[in-house]
Amino acid sequence: MAKKGVPLSEMATSDTHGEDSPYFVGWKVYDENPYDAASNPSGVIQMGLAENQVSFDLLEDYLEQHPQEFGWGCGVSSFRENALFQDYHGLKTFTRAVALFMEQIRGGRTQFDPQHIVLTAGATAANELLTFILADPGDGLLIPTPYYPGFDRDLRWRTGVNIIPVHCNSSNGFQITLRALEDACAGAESMKVRVKGLLLTNPSNPLGTTITRPVLEEILDFVAHKDIHLISDEIYSGSVFSSDEFVSMTEIVESRGHQERERVHIVYSLSKDLGLPGYRVGTIYSYNNEVVTTARRMSSFTLVSSQTQKMLASLLSDKEFTENYLRTNRERLKKRYEFVVEGLSNAGIRCLQGNAGLFCWMNLGELLEEPTVEGELSLWNLMLHEAKLNISPGSSCHCLEAGWFRVCFANMSQQTLEVALMRMKDFTEKMKAKQMISSL
Amino acid sequence: MRVIVPLQAVVQGRGGLVLGSLIPCALFYFLQFYLRRNRPSSSSPPPPSSASGSNLPELASIPRSLSRGLLSPRGSFGPARLSSRGTAVVRDDDNPYYVGLKRCADDPYNRSINPQGFLLLGLAENRLSLDIIQDWLVKNWKESLLLDDEEEELSIQGLATYQPYDGSMDLKTAVAEFMGQVMQGSVSFNPSHVVLTAGATPAVETLGFCLADPGDAFLVPSPYYPGWDRDIKWRTGVELIPVPCRSTDNFSISIAALELAYNQVKKRGMKVRAVLVSNPSNPVGSLIDRETLCGLLDFVMEKNIHLISDEIFAGSTYGSDKFVSVAEVLDAESFDKSRVHIIYGLSKDLAVPGFRVGVIYSYNENVLAAASKLARFSSISAPTQRLLISMLSDRKFISEYLAVNRARLHDMHALFVDGLKQLGIKCASSSGGFYCWADMSMFIRPYSEKGELKLWDNLLNVAKVNVTPGSSCHCIEPGWFRCCFTTLTEKDVPTVMERIQKITKSN
Repeated sequence: MAKKGVPLSEMATSDTHGEDSPYFVGWKVYDENPYDAASNPSGVIQMGLAENQVSFDLLEDYLEQHPQEFGWGCGVSSFRENALFQDYHGLKTFTRAVALFMEQIRGGRTQFDPQHIVLTAGATAANELLTFILADPGDGLLIPTPYYPGFDRDLRWRTGVNIIPVHCNSSNGFQITLRALEDACAGAESMKVRVKGLLLTNPSNPLGTTITRPVLEEILDFVAHKDIHLISDEIYSGSVFSSDEFVSMTEIVESRGHQERERVHIVYSLSKDLGLPGYRVGTIYSYNNEVVTTARRMSSFTLVSSQTQKMLASLLSDKEFTENYLRTNRERLKKRYEFVVEGLSNAGIRCLQGNAGLFCWMNLGELLEEPTVEGELSLWNLMLHEAKLNISPGSSCHCLEAGWFRVCFANMSQQTLEVALMRMKDFTEKMKAKQMISSL
Repeated sequence: MRVIVPLQAVVQGRGGLVLGSLIPCALFYFLQFYLRRNRPSSSSPPPPSSASGSNLPELASIPRSLSRGLLSPRGSFGPARLSSRGTAVVRDDDNPYYVGLKRCADDPYNRSINPQGFLLLGLAENRLSLDIIQDWLVKNWKESLLLDDEEEELSIQGLATYQPYDGSMDLKTAVAEFMGQVMQGSVSFNPSHVVLTAGATPAVETLGFCLADPGDAFLVPSPYYPGWDRDIKWRTGVELIPVPCRSTDNFSISIAALELAYNQVKKRGMKVRAVLVSNPSNPVGSLIDRETLCGLLDFVMEKNIHLISDEIFAGSTYGSDKFVSVAEVLDAESFDKSRVHIIYGLSKDLAVPGFRVGVIYSYNENVLAAASKLARFSSISAPTQRLLISMLSDRKFISEYLAVNRARLHDMHALFVDGLKQLGIKCASSSGGFYCWADMSMFIRPYSEKGELKLWDNLLNVAKVNVTPGSSCHCIEPGWFRCCFTTLTEKDVPTVMERIQKITKSN
């Protein structure tokens, strides 16, 4: 077997896919030994996956009441044209439904024009598509830290675009400051990297917090001043614990009479709020016609199944269902969050004050042997292999302060969560005891 | 091929099931027409009529003040410009292949409802056998989509959560078996060599990313499928170098021509990384014979490059020649498999392009590893996966479907080619695909690309027949046109011929 085979591309052989990072390594360890209350009670509990299963029963109820619509989509008799439908404008009923849903999430405070919606197979594809469209290879995208580890791969791998971190820290709850933005820009300039845009995640992953209105205003001013684009990934917008605590970038744009709208683009998806990541439904919403046209053409590489569009159109258009779903989902997430924070607090662990998302941002700085990335990773490793908990280390999220970790709480049952919190408590007590002994 | 599905697809059905929706659909269609005529203009192309046939109220373009206010007069000269990649895409407007499709989208032919509409001979979509699939679905949809294995209850358990990005193993297995059936048992496919993607479009682009670096080249025997110019070149930075084939030998692939092209490209300082072929050929419809496949394999081995064989029409053959997959040749002979990759999908043979199911079949572990990671950007929707697993596992149904579909393709092809013959138009010899490759060179003036495009334009705008001109396919001989016949019924053929004759007579 000739070792030196036919050559592949740089891309195929590089590791920009980032799947060797702890974020993904932890997943693998989990996959090999997954926790199950009955069959594998000593397995690894997955707290590194931001998936929402708390409101799944609501979807199942809907299915029971509307098997035709949700199951197939208003009758099989229209199968023919559905099966042939590959127009990348998307099914009209579906894009309208998505627009309505996004409006509902924002309490009707902004309007979404379905003609400006571009569908993609997931938000992963949406973010990558925007990056291709707004930046050339070698250009830079500003991203506040800590950020979702997947961005390193999704935004850079095929696009050749660089990520310029905008460093935030705990002194102000990791809020984005003008200073941090300016510093990042200056850094890019010194490396001769042209900055083309700023990508925000609001609510933030991994922080679990919403960005406040004044900060959003400041950010819009900043991007206008620098003449760059602004991508607001609002994938968790329906998972804010209290609906009036979320301000969308669209609201800021509208409040300014649509000034600067040409540079603002929203990313959304049904994977988090609706708990349907397997369906692969993402969207780009842009006020910029050229971006919409280009994104639509490029969406040929990542279209949403026509069958899926059909199935979800009726669900998302059902106002009664969506209102109830959004409200119930928020309540349950809030409850979960409070339960987790209390549990962690009993274990002597502090969390950042959060108000959204499927996770909390906790601080284990006290347990680190040394306040460095190495210290953090060694603690993470211990937690993975001893406590059998897979959580995400802050360094994977490019957090400059060692000791922060993201803990997901919505992808498991209440019982599993209780087991996880107990393990966390045992682990921290053991670690603290160890520390005390070694300091004697 | 990006085009809306006109509502008449429902009407053209063979099953009695669809007649029940004829009247409401017709009314619905007229309503759409009326509303569109009265809609304020917007800068983006009008959304096509969504033929979902659903009973949700179709709020066709309520003029919201927002969309009016979003007309941007200055485009990319305004603030925050697009990247150069983005700009290239937004300007990529002129290819007749796409122009034709867009033109037809709003006014498609329907024998009863819109007999003056555009005839969609530029769209390689198979509507001949969808009734068979529909019948299966009517009987099986509940079980196939929603039944929980254990519970016997309707459930979406297992559909909602994250799935492997390159497709579930169950679907890979079902697709691998389907491919074996499609190729009539001559070769069997291993599911662990399969990466699934949302359509063949991302499949071929993914191979572009994996096998070549920006600035490298693929050799592509021409004429070739116009979509590749976008699918492969847009984002990967890979160049496609057409290697012209000639009508004198029915546009067969010539290894000598490949050799010549290879050396020419090398002289230009570019690196050739692969040869890309389609088999059955799009747009010619011919099959690559075993000898040529061996020749190709020898060639790529000698140059140490890859071979990509797009076999998406493998199940849509109808001639007397038997289809031979490159996989079959690899099994039989001792060629280096690690450089061979097959593109496949369900859009053609199973006629479900809307569901977005494409396949990369590779013997190269490293390519599979990279492609499966890249699949995260174009994964297949879970409920669609489940539905197809169920459908494809009904092997009896599938084999009946494939047989009937082939027979219908055969008949329609014969009818169509004969019709063209009556007009004095000869077609290349073809055994597969949804189209014929017609020689209309005697009707073009001058004998050049310009003359060809003049004829294309007349056919489109005067006769309202959309065909694909050979120049869009990089055909070196002017006057050839790809004419798809699978969106037609038998009764439509005389209409098609009449309209074509209108133009050819005046030439």
